[in-house]
Amino acid sequence: EVEETLKRIQSHKGVIGTMVVNAEGIPIRTTLDNSTTVQYAGLLHQLTMKAKSTVRDIDPQNDLTFLRIRSKKHEIMVAPDKEYLLIVIQNPCE
Amino acid sequence: MPQKRRQSVIGTRGARKRDEDSGTDVGEGTDEWTQSKITIRPPDQLELTDAELKEEFTRILTANNPHAPQNIVRYSFKEGTYKLIGFVDQLAVHFTQVGNLIPKDSDEGRRQHFRDEMVEGSQESLKVALSDIENLEEDEEPKEAETEPGSQTDVPVAEAAEKANEELTTPAQPKERKLTNQFNFSERASQTFNNPLRDRECQMEPPPRTNFSATANQWEIYDAYMDELEKQEKTKEKEKTKTPVAKKPEKIAMRKLTSMESQSDDITKVSQAAKIVERMVNQNTYDDVAQDFKYYEDAADEYRDQEGTLLPLWKFQNDRAKRLAVTALCWNPKYKDLFAVGHGSYDFMKQSRGMLLFYSLKNPSFPEYIFSSESGIMCLDMHVDHPYLVVVGHYDGNVAVYNLKKAHSQPCFRSTAKSGKHTDPVWQVRWQKDDMDNNLNFFSVSSDGRIVSWTLVKSELVCTDVIKLKVEGSSTELPEGLQLHTIGCGTAFDFHKEIDYMFLVGTEEGKIYKCSKSYSSQFLDTYDAHNMAVDAVTWNPYHTKVFMSCSSDWTVKIWDHTIKTPMFIYDLNSAVGDVAWAPYSSTVFAAVTTDGKAHVFDLAVNKYEAICNQPVVAKKKNKITHVQFNPIYPIIIVGDDRGHITCLKLSPNLRKMPKEKKGQEVQKGPAVEIAKLDKLLNLVREVKTKT
Repeated sequence: EVEETLKRIQSHKGVIGTMVVNAEGIPIRTTLDNSTTVQYAGLLHQLTMKAKSTVRDIDPQNDLTFLRIRSKKHEIMVAPDKEYLLIVIQNPCE
Repeated sequence: MPQKRRQSVIGTRGARKRDEDSGTDVGEGTDEWTQSKITIRPPDQLELTDAELKEEFTRILTANNPHAPQNIVRYSFKEGTYKLIGFVDQLAVHFTQVGNLIPKDSDEGRRQHFRDEMVEGSQESLKVALSDIENLEEDEEPKEAETEPGSQTDVPVAEAAEKANEELTTPAQPKERKLTNQFNFSERASQTFNNPLRDRECQMEPPPRTNFSATANQWEIYDAYMDELEKQEKTKEKEKTKTPVAKKPEKIAMRKLTSMESQSDDITKVSQAAKIVERMVNQNTYDDVAQDFKYYEDAADEYRDQEGTLLPLWKFQNDRAKRLAVTALCWNPKYKDLFAVGHGSYDFMKQSRGMLLFYSLKNPSFPEYIFSSESGIMCLDMHVDHPYLVVVGHYDGNVAVYNLKKAHSQPCFRSTAKSGKHTDPVWQVRWQKDDMDNNLNFFSVSSDGRIVSWTLVKSELVCTDVIKLKVEGSSTELPEGLQLHTIGCGTAFDFHKEIDYMFLVGTEEGKIYKCSKSYSSQFLDTYDAHNMAVDAVTWNPYHTKVFMSCSSDWTVKIWDHTIKTPMFIYDLNSAVGDVAWAPYSSTVFAAVTTDGKAHVFDLAVNKYEAICNQPVVAKKKNKITHVQFNPIYPIIIVGDDRGHITCLKLSPNLRKMPKEKKGQEVQKGPAVEIAKLDKLLNLVREVKTKT
């Protein structure tokens, strides 16, 4: 059932790639090539940790729901979970 | 000498040393030295006569300490008197020297003496030998021997010693005496054989190391505290539930669960995140739509006089429900962006399965929940207090209740032929308030003429017939005297918002009956509403007396339930599928027709015409079947018979609120709305009474 959701996301309009990264920054599942995945995983993992730390430092009862980085070319969306990290790269405007 | 030195150049010291100087003799050897210096006589030197100068003064060096007092008296506090301290040290030490003279009689002295004797003994033996030699030599040089015996004996002794040494080596020589000190200490050293050193090493495998780093942030501390709290609560709960026997199988089950979880590198745990991301992706794709939904207000409305438009927003469709018509729409009372769609078929010939889909506005591309059923769904309702309970009525007459909280795809309650399902399609279901036993119950109306109340008792549905619809005036008398009533077919009903027991039923014959739950045989009132079947009946959300009905005879009628004739009649040129009041105003309602148009009316603005008349669905063959207003957002959803749901935004003109006059307070909604409608009704009533 989660598989279906991921498939749907991948086949959605404008989505370039999706990947699932575990708590240590190791990609578990990806639709992109290996080198890109590893790069994204490592960098975004750190960024997510930092963002989460920031949010929680301000108010410990708060927590990070998701992180969006919109750049010129596309948008990277990161949804952190307790143990996993879901990353989707989409090209929003077409 | 030293005195003379003092007398010399250093004249200051002369005063003290004078007495000593006069009594001593001048040394002889220093004549040369002293003469080089000039003797200076200090000016205050005493003038003495020669006799006085030569006078001898004796100086005695004693050990008596002249400074030591002989009679010291000290005050004793203990006795309170002066006491004589007897002894005072009178001895003054002038000079001490540690010497090394040993008395002859002591041990050490005797030892040394003995040693000397031994040495002498050896020397004497030498002398004995030498004396022989001397005797031989004496004859030769007797004179020399006598004159200087001392020195000679030395020489011949030396000569003889050399000779004697050669002779005396063979006889026992005196042992070499150890030099002893007074402690008889002698150093004795010996060197042992050093073993060669050997290194022995043993190297183990280094223990596995991992890096551990952690940060101490405020939130980590908070997390730790929360975990502690949870643990404590868990232990408390465990203590409360004392079931030791049950615990063991639980534990085993728990262990199995945990082991299972750890084994599978779980993708299912990402479900939450995946959901969020899906919505985000959708938001991106439909970004402009989302923006419109939130913020777009059609500015052109100002120029359009009083008409408004419907801005199409999202379109919801699902492959599986493609060929099924939308038969029911309902917004969730709690989550305002969630709505339920029932799919089925109105076509008598083509009856197939049914689907129940739940969509969220946040994710237009895929429904949140999907349920499928064998028979087409004709109606649905969501409970107000329990927004996860949904009741549906099927084409085959069954009713079912779904629980969204549970993950089953099957309904949790279902009526069967035994439990009194309807024999005809169920056209409308409605939740009621909980009954006396706090059981949930709902009503259903069907073409078989029964209005049934169902109660959810534990795991069953219990049905109670409330009313059997009869067509009035059609009872025929059979020869046996029984009265045969033609059963009316209920197609729609609605319960009064405030008067709980009162409800309206619309029938296929076009009549609307006002009924009460308590009276099962008689109707409170009957209205000859339409020429064809009544498709929908709804009470006005604000005004307690007004209700509206629509029918396939192309009309929409608004009634006051106390008056038998409708207040307003609208002819829409096409069969009206559904009609709904707006939740924000008592005078606004929408109606949808089978020609694909949506009509929005505002009685306060225009009593006779629609202020918006807009084709909503793409193809003309597409009939719109249902319409619903969203309770909070200014949007409506419209379902058609292709299985598509379109979401439209109401333009500002359609949402006009009564203008507040300056200075007046903002009045609360319902009262204002009721007043508004009342005004209109009064106008109409006046007209009617006049005519």
